[in-house]
Amino acid sequence: MEATVSNTGTEGKVWGGGNKPLNASYGKMMMWFFILSDALTFSGFLAAYGFSRFKFIDSWPIADEVYNHFPGSHGDNPMYFVALMTFILIASSVTMVLAVDAGHHMNKKKVTFYMFLTIIGGGIFLGSQAWEWTNFIKGSYGALETKGGQILQFVDTRMAEGDEKMHRVSVEDFAHASHKERVQHESKDGLWFVSEPALPKYSVQDVVTGFNAKSHLAVRTQELMPNIERLKASGDPADAAKAASYESKYVNADQTGQKGVLTRAESEKALKDAVVYVKGANLIHNEYGNRLFADFFFFITGFHGFHVFSGVVINIIIFFNVILGTYDRRKNNYEMVEKVGLYWHFVDLVWVFVFTFFYLV
Amino acid sequence: MAHDHGHTEHKLAIFRGTLKFKSNVQKIWGVLIFLSIVTIVEVGLGIVKPAFLIENYFIGMKYLNWIFIILTLVKAYYIAWDFMHLRDEKSSLRRAVVWTGIFLICYLMFILLQEGTYIEGVKTNGYIKWNF
Repeated sequence: MEATVSNTGTEGKVWGGGNKPLNASYGKMMMWFFILSDALTFSGFLAAYGFSRFKFIDSWPIADEVYNHFPGSHGDNPMYFVALMTFILIASSVTMVLAVDAGHHMNKKKVTFYMFLTIIGGGIFLGSQAWEWTNFIKGSYGALETKGGQILQFVDTRMAEGDEKMHRVSVEDFAHASHKERVQHESKDGLWFVSEPALPKYSVQDVVTGFNAKSHLAVRTQELMPNIERLKASGDPADAAKAASYESKYVNADQTGQKGVLTRAESEKALKDAVVYVKGANLIHNEYGNRLFADFFFFITGFHGFHVFSGVVINIIIFFNVILGTYDRRKNNYEMVEKVGLYWHFVDLVWVFVFTFFYLV
Repeated sequence: MAHDHGHTEHKLAIFRGTLKFKSNVQKIWGVLIFLSIVTIVEVGLGIVKPAFLIENYFIGMKYLNWIFIILTLVKAYYIAWDFMHLRDEKSSLRRAVVWTGIFLICYLMFILLQEGTYIEGVKTNGYIKWNF
C-alpha cells in the first residue's frame, strides 16, 4: 500500500498529519460513521416505543400472549420461536466473523464458504420474520374494539384444575355471522370516488348475541391488574377506593400483572361501547391491545428486517466478488468483507435490543 | 503479513483476561457460546418469571426488566468488542464510536421515558378521561 503513496516526510509526526490517530482505513471509518448514525435512528424508534409504553404502562399488551406460536403448534409457546430467531442471527454473525478471519489469512475458499453460510442464515432469519408477521397479521382470537379504541377480548370463566388464568376464547367459536346482503362498496361500483374498507366478518351485534347466549364467557379488558394488597395496605383512602373499584369490577383483581377480566354484568355493560369486530392486526386496528402496539411492531421489526434484507443483498454481491477473485487483486485485499461484516454484526446488535424490548421486557 | 491494513494483532483474552484463547477463531466460538448462554438465561427467566423479580421495583422498573436490560448490554458489548472487533481497534476509535452513542442514547431515553411517565400520570390521576 505504502508504495503507491508518495512520501511526504511527515510519517510518524503527530502534528504533521503523518500519523494515523485512529488507524482505520477511510472505508472502515465511514462504515463506523454510518453504523453510529443508524444506531441513533434505531434508538430513536425504540425510545419512541418506550415513550408510548410508559404512557400506557397499565394497559400494554403482554408479549407472551401475543407472540406464542411455534411452527407446528399454535398457541401458548411463548418465547421459543423468537429465541430461535435470535440464535440464528447470532450464528450467522459468527459465520460472518469467521469469513473476515479467513479473509485476513487470504483463504479464498474459506471466505466463500463462510459467506455462503452467512447468507443462508440471513435468509432463514428473514423467513422466520415473515412467519412471525403472518401470525401477527392473521391473529388468533379476534376481539371487539370500543369507540375509545379499547380492545375487549373474550375468555372462558370455567377454569380447569391447575390453570393460572382463564383461557382465551375465539370469537369464531361463539358468534355466528348473520346473513347479510351488505357487500363491501368498491370504487368500481357506482360512485367511483367513494369506497370503504373491508367489512368485518361479524357485526358487533353478532358477537354480542353469541356472548349473551353463553353465560360462561366474560370480557377481558386491556387493564393490567395492580397489586391490590399493596393498594389496600397503603392507608391512603384514594388507594383504598381504587382497590375497592377494581375488586367490584374485575373477577381477577387479585392477579397482579394479569389482564383484568370483567364480571358478567360489567362485561355486558362494556360490550355496549363496542363499535367494530377486529381480527389480527393492521396499522389501524389490532386485536392485541393498544393500537400503537401493532404500529411499533410493524415499524421497528420491519425496519430491522429491511436492514437484514439489504445485508443479505450486499452479502450476496460480495460473495460473488469473492468467487470472482476481486479481493485477491485488491490492494487492501479482503477489507470489503470486513466492512460488510461490520454492517452485518450491527444488524445482529440491533436485533438483540429489539428482542429485549419487544419480547422480554 | 497477510493483513497490512488496519490492526495487526488480535487481542485474545476476554473477561478482563480471565479467559484466554489460543486463536482468533477459537475466541469467536467462545464468544458464541457465551452469547448463547446469556440468551438461554434470558429466555429461561422470561418463561419462569420468578415472583420476587416481578414484584419488586428499582427506579420505577421491575428487577426482572433491569436484569434483561443489563444482560442485553452485556451481549451488545461482546458483539461490538469481539464480532465487530472494537477490542482490536485503537482506543481513540473505540471511544469516538461508543461514547458518542451512549451519551446521545442515554439523553434520548431519559427525556422520552420521563415524559411518557408524566403523561401516564396525567391520564390516571388527572381530569382527562381516556376510555370514553
